Amino acid sequence: MTRTKLLFYTTLFLLLSYKIHGQEKYSGDFSLKSGAEDRFFFKDGQYDGQKRNYLSVSVQPEYSLRWNDEKFLLKVTLFGRYDQHDQRRTHADIRELYWQMVKNNHELSIGLKKIFWGVTESAHIVNIINQTDVVESFDGEEKLGQPMIHYSYQSTVGTLDLFYMQYFRKPTFPGSDGRLRTPFVITDDLIRFESDLEEYRPEVAIRWSHYIGKFDLGISHFYGTSRQPLFNDLQDFQPVFAVINQTGIDVQATTGPVLWKAEAIHNRNDILDFTAFAAGFEYTFGNVNGNGLDIGLLSEYLYDSRDDLSLSSLQNDLFAGARFAFNNTRDTQLLAGVIIDLQRDTQLASVEANQRLGESWKIELEGRFFINTSAKEFIYFLRDDSFVRLAVNKYW
Amino acid sequence: MKQIILTLTLLLHIEAVSLAQSDARGLEIAQKADEADKGFESSKVSLKMILTNKHGQESERYLENRTLELHDDGDKSLIVFNSPKDVEGTATLTFTHKESPDDQWLYLPSLNRVKRISSDNKSGPFMGSEFAYEDLSSQEVEKYNYKFVKEDNVNGTAAHVVERYPLDPKSGYTKQVVWYNKGNYRIEKIDFYDRKSALMKTLTYNNYKQYLNKHWRASEMIMENHLTGKKTRLLFENYRFKTGLSDQDFSQNSLARAGK
Repeated sequence: MTRTKLLFYTTLFLLLSYKIHGQEKYSGDFSLKSGAEDRFFFKDGQYDGQKRNYLSVSVQPEYSLRWNDEKFLLKVTLFGRYDQHDQRRTHADIRELYWQMVKNNHELSIGLKKIFWGVTESAHIVNIINQTDVVESFDGEEKLGQPMIHYSYQSTVGTLDLFYMQYFRKPTFPGSDGRLRTPFVITDDLIRFESDLEEYRPEVAIRWSHYIGKFDLGISHFYGTSRQPLFNDLQDFQPVFAVINQTGIDVQATTGPVLWKAEAIHNRNDILDFTAFAAGFEYTFGNVNGNGLDIGLLSEYLYDSRDDLSLSSLQNDLFAGARFAFNNTRDTQLLAGVIIDLQRDTQLASVEANQRLGESWKIELEGRFFINTSAKEFIYFLRDDSFVRLAVNKYW
Repeated sequence: MKQIILTLTLLLHIEAVSLAQSDARGLEIAQKADEADKGFESSKVSLKMILTNKHGQESERYLENRTLELHDDGDKSLIVFNSPKDVEGTATLTFTHKESPDDQWLYLPSLNRVKRISSDNKSGPFMGSEFAYEDLSSQEVEKYNYKFVKEDNVNGTAAHVVERYPLDPKSGYTKQVVWYNKGNYRIEKIDFYDRKSALMKTLTYNNYKQYLNKHWRASEMIMENHLTGKKTRLLFENYRFKTGLSDQDFSQNSLARAGK
């Protein structure tokens, strides 16, 4: 985030905070999450400077203020991490900083927000509003705050969401000492835009979502700068952020113990048009032992018409996994799965588990394993980057 | 022979009638209890949940609950979790239905994601407590068959004892025995029988208070699990009724807002 932008939002925040004092009843809530983690890589890195072991600490303070019968909200979430070796993974971000007003069926928010669209578990294809915090998480679920004006209207025929954005968040890629990176380090000045306005090009998005009985449905369109770089040639590996028109659809049918899920996008641009989708199910055997253990079986098929040019390498893959939720006092959970490439030999196995310790601590375990990584796919760069991450978080 | 058949038929008939009567009386009590609480429109309450394991170790959870009363359909409810801290801001939205399965959504604050979830697994524990999801969801009359058992004394007052049988095959119970207060039809106690028809849990309602001159609410509910020796206490604080909540406060947008 540039300094001017930061100054702008801080001023906006202060102005809005100032206005609050005119109101009578407001309630604030502060919370803080702090954590320490170790990422251990099983093999030496392929590139100079890479290490085997990475210790890091993180902090995430959050503050929310509501007033006028909760019709107004001010929300701030900050995030920072210090990494022992990777200077680029040592980073900070404003995850959220927005003001929100609700009147009857109308909701208006201004500021940096996080928006989630979609239903599937192994990939989030439809989800586009926020830039991914690439250095923070492997699964791409950590997002950078996106500045926006967001209007939402709910009616008996669904919810309509409108977005206006005018600032693109450049992703931060790992530094030279970092793992899970390309052979060369992608720095900010390497990032190219298709638009002359670069990161200041205006962007709009619209989404309609509704639920009818068993079905939850969403249709969306985004017109703006692609959150991921696009390529039409494997040799020319320069990250170019193109202007795209992306239409998405996501649908879930909830029938008894089975959730049927599907999402798809069509993306039009001047570099390489493509279609992608994910579809599958989750079947939950509830309370199997009479003690609360739920076992869920998941499977999803993933397709991307870009084939080898797909950044995610999920061009024709099958995900299969199992979720264990113990529903105990410690809230123990485990998700294990594998993504199998149906065309090549590549497999990506993963395990995620977490459990509360006492009242305010939580321990997390994550493992990612690259197996038989094909030289034809992007993730070939990461073939030696199988790792386990152990994190301990304290909640204040 | 004819005589015997006639007698048998008569006997069977009488038996059937007495069964039907006892069903009708049980149903009538359940309906009266439902009727006695009609008209609260909406409510808000803060809950403290105290979980005790068999060694006596305690852990606490704080929740907020909002309910919207509906007459043609089951009630709508929104629950926000305030503690443990790692799940703070997580919230659920439930549309209960009188006959069809409930609709349920979960809000996950870390991803800002609203997820439709299956309401199928109602017998599972709620937040690791001795309460199952179905114990805490809106108790619609249509969800059970009833049978009047007897008159009894419980918690120092006279009570109707009614057995109710969940109609949903996914229920974790074969039978519940409910003690309804004779005077005002509030529930004093429930015995829960598991799928093997063994007495599994007992729920006791304590410190009843009356709101708006009509609605009785227990300030404390204690669920004891006889099979595991574990116990969960629910303490209700700051009950508010006719709060002005409407349909629009029970949408997916409201769920995400309530959870933040």
